[in-house]
Amino acid sequence: MKFIIAIIKPFKLDEVREALSAIGVAGMTVSEVKGFGRQKGQTEIYRGAEYSTNMLPKVKLEIAASDALAAQVVETIQQTASTDSIGDGKIFVLDLASTTRIRTGETGDNAL
Amino acid sequence: MIRKLLWGAGAIATSMVAATAAWAAETAEAVTDAAVTAVTAVPAEVAAPVAEAAAAVPNPGNNAWMMTSTILVLLMILPGLALFYGGLTRSKNMLSTMTQIGATAALAMLVWVMWGYGLAFGPEGNQFISWGKFFLAGVTPDSTAATFTDEVISEYIFICFQMTFAAITAALVLGSVVERMKFSAVMVFVAIWLTIVYFPIAHMVWEARGVFFVMGALDFAGGTVVHINAGVSALVAALILGKRRGYPTEPMPPHSLTLTMVGTGLLWVGWFGFNAGSALEANGSAALAMINTFVATASAGLFWMLTERVMGHKGSALGFCSGIVAGLVAVTPAAGNSGPFGAIVLGAVASVVCYFAVAKLKPALGYDDSLDAFGIHGIGGIIGAIGTGIVFSPALGGPGGDDFVIGAQLVTQVKTVLATIVISSVGTAIAIYIAKAVTGLRVSEQTEIEGLDIGEHGERAYN
Repeated sequence: MKFIIAIIKPFKLDEVREALSAIGVAGMTVSEVKGFGRQKGQTEIYRGAEYSTNMLPKVKLEIAASDALAAQVVETIQQTASTDSIGDGKIFVLDLASTTRIRTGETGDNAL
Repeated sequence: MIRKLLWGAGAIATSMVAATAAWAAETAEAVTDAAVTAVTAVPAEVAAPVAEAAAAVPNPGNNAWMMTSTILVLLMILPGLALFYGGLTRSKNMLSTMTQIGATAALAMLVWVMWGYGLAFGPEGNQFISWGKFFLAGVTPDSTAATFTDEVISEYIFICFQMTFAAITAALVLGSVVERMKFSAVMVFVAIWLTIVYFPIAHMVWEARGVFFVMGALDFAGGTVVHINAGVSALVAALILGKRRGYPTEPMPPHSLTLTMVGTGLLWVGWFGFNAGSALEANGSAALAMINTFVATASAGLFWMLTERVMGHKGSALGFCSGIVAGLVAVTPAAGNSGPFGAIVLGAVASVVCYFAVAKLKPALGYDDSLDAFGIHGIGGIIGAIGTGIVFSPALGGPGGDDFVIGAQLVTQVKTVLATIVISSVGTAIAIYIAKAVTGLRVSEQTEIEGLDIGEHGERAYN
């Protein structure tokens, strides 16, 4: 199993969720986060005074997927979340040691 | 310990003052009774003209409009200015800013009925100050105040209307000192400032014996009395108080431009009471003030955003709000003293000049006028007051007579502006130093870091 963390632009969330549901992803966790990468931040101007914001708002997706589905999930997120402009985000894939569904006690792929 | 004693003394003095007020009201009744007896006692032929002179009855329409205007000005203060200023501060100082404005307005109202009205519009006096009618002695539901024609309005309404002006002007000054001034210092400062700065200037500009009134200075709704006065006082107060911790190196962006926009809207609505109410009647002059308050403001809101574009930035919401306020300020002295197109030009010019005052002059000189009370009210007020001397001209669509000369009027306007600047500066310095001696003026470093909401009031704006 793989654990996939994707940081994407907030307005792309609905599109990515729909595309992932279509390929069979059963669930995900979404958080509103702030951070920076190459985009660094942006400058805001209030009445002529400049303030640089170095943390930008993003959305973080956390998805657990079977080994068979993982590559497809990454590809789907990459394609739907891309706008070809700076700040589109990143996808991290980690090995996932175990999964347990709390209600039933099922483990492994059955618990996804 | 000494401070506690001072507060105790203050409380005793206040209660004595309240008792005196009750006594004054009783005396007033007695005086009225005596007057009625005297009138009934005199022979019929003498009584007739007396009765005729006493027959100036307020027109209910005018009274109704002035009551509405008065409440509109209150709308400018408590929700309006409180939200406008509050949104511009950091979230840890939101409540502190709003509380300072609310409490200042409340204090100003009490000071006004105790001695403010007497000092500004009392029956006795000279060209600099008046006296009499302290604690509203002698004012009854039947007493009347003059307007600009032979109509009259109920004196209580005039007192309330002018009361709201004193309240908002004192609150405006605070825009430069928020986020670092003690609440107690604000209260002491406001009581003294109103007494030695606001009331005399209101008398000099608006009262028939006042020195600027006699000179023929044009100030329809308070460009000099309210905006230049508040703006210059704000600058002086900010200079004496010092900069906020971290200014200008630390970012201090407004915490809620949404609330600032709400406040801006309420200010604009309330300003119709301010400007159209200053005709003191529901007549054509009020209508002129009304249309000018629409168009000058609209022009200024758009011109600020346009200036931002020209300077290479995006047209911003805060720019729009700032422009709206700059336009309102500039049209205040000109409201009933300009044609609509003169007002549009005045709004545009004030907006552009205020932009540069705020975006260029302030950083260049390095003073911490936190919410730009000077940059917008002071500068906008000066542009408006001087501009009024131009747009009043009938050649430019203004309501001036055919014999109106721009040059001479401009000299009068400039003299009034300069004199106001001097009086405001000196008076504010005195008031601030007294507040400093009594309260210490500035919050502790710890309170400033944590925010004045918790430090001064023990509450949070957002939980």
